[in-house]
Amino acid sequence: MTVADLVQQSGWSPILLADDTREITGGYAGDLLSWVMGRGQYGDCWFTIMSNLNVIAVAQLLDVACVVFTEGVVPDAAVVNAARLHDINLIRTDEPTYAACVRLGGWMQ
Amino acid sequence: MEDLLHYHYDVDGGNFASAGEASVQVKRVLRQMGFPPDLIRRVSIAMYEGEINMVIHAKGGDADVYLSPEQIRVVLKDVGPGIKDVALAMQEGYSTAPDNIRSLGFGAGMGLPNMKRYSDEMTVESTVGVGTTITLVFNAF
Ligand SMILES: Nc1ncnc2c1ncn2[C@@H]1O[C@H](COP(=O)(O)OP(=O)(O)OP(=O)(O)O)[C@@H](O)[C@H]1O
Ligand SMILES: [Mg+2]
Repeated sequence: MTVADLVQQSGWSPILLADDTREITGGYAGDLLSWVMGRGQYGDCWFTIMSNLNVIAVAQLLDVACVVFTEGVVPDAAVVNAARLHDINLIRTDEPTYAACVRLGGWMQ
Repeated sequence: MEDLLHYHYDVDGGNFASAGEASVQVKRVLRQMGFPPDLIRRVSIAMYEGEINMVIHAKGGDADVYLSPEQIRVVLKDVGPGIKDVALAMQEGYSTAPDNIRSLGFGAGMGLPNMKRYSDEMTVESTVGVGTTITLVFNAF
């Protein structure tokens, strides 16, 4: 599924869609950045409650398909601007991380 | 082996909220040069971990990247506090990161293990009170 498909299916709020044709090939949930660096994959949909600028660097280096901020987390303007600079798709939802992952898992079957 | 290109980056120690810029730039350079995506990924992730470590544990340092068609070498050098027990620091989960740094998502104790895992060769030279130099070698094939 693409990031555009995800936004449509989920009803989650897009914050920035830099390239919503990106294909989602997997998912990863985590907030400890070097854990994500070690385990995340290219093309993942990354669920996190971390919302500082370092998230953008990690998303960029891993080349994830999108970042989904869960549990009602809202990144500030500096984070969104950095994402724009690096073409990172950002989405947010009030859903808990677990629930969001379960839903993505269902669509990816 | 002769290095064809050398890139130098000053890694600013004051700004851990937006650290990682050198790695992001290196990723862009490698992409422009047409290195394979998997290699680029390994280099940029390992370098990012080293760059962040210099920022949070050593108040910054120097990052040098040497490129040749066969090999990419990343040298991260700081004059920070040094690492007392390198073998311990290399273990997954070991971290001395303070709470304010942990709240940004660092401190899992996975940085050095990631550098080891993603590079083909890793050397850590560290002396307490003098500083730390980490060399990462990546073979292009
Ligand atoms: N450049 C450095 N100078 C001094 N100490 C360092 C340096 N790099 C690493 N260390 C020490 O080694 C420990 C382990 O480093 P490592 O990168 O594995 O984990 P971390 O930085 O604490 O957390 P994480 O990388 O998961 O965010 C650090 O907590 C720190 O004590
Ligand atoms: Mg680290």
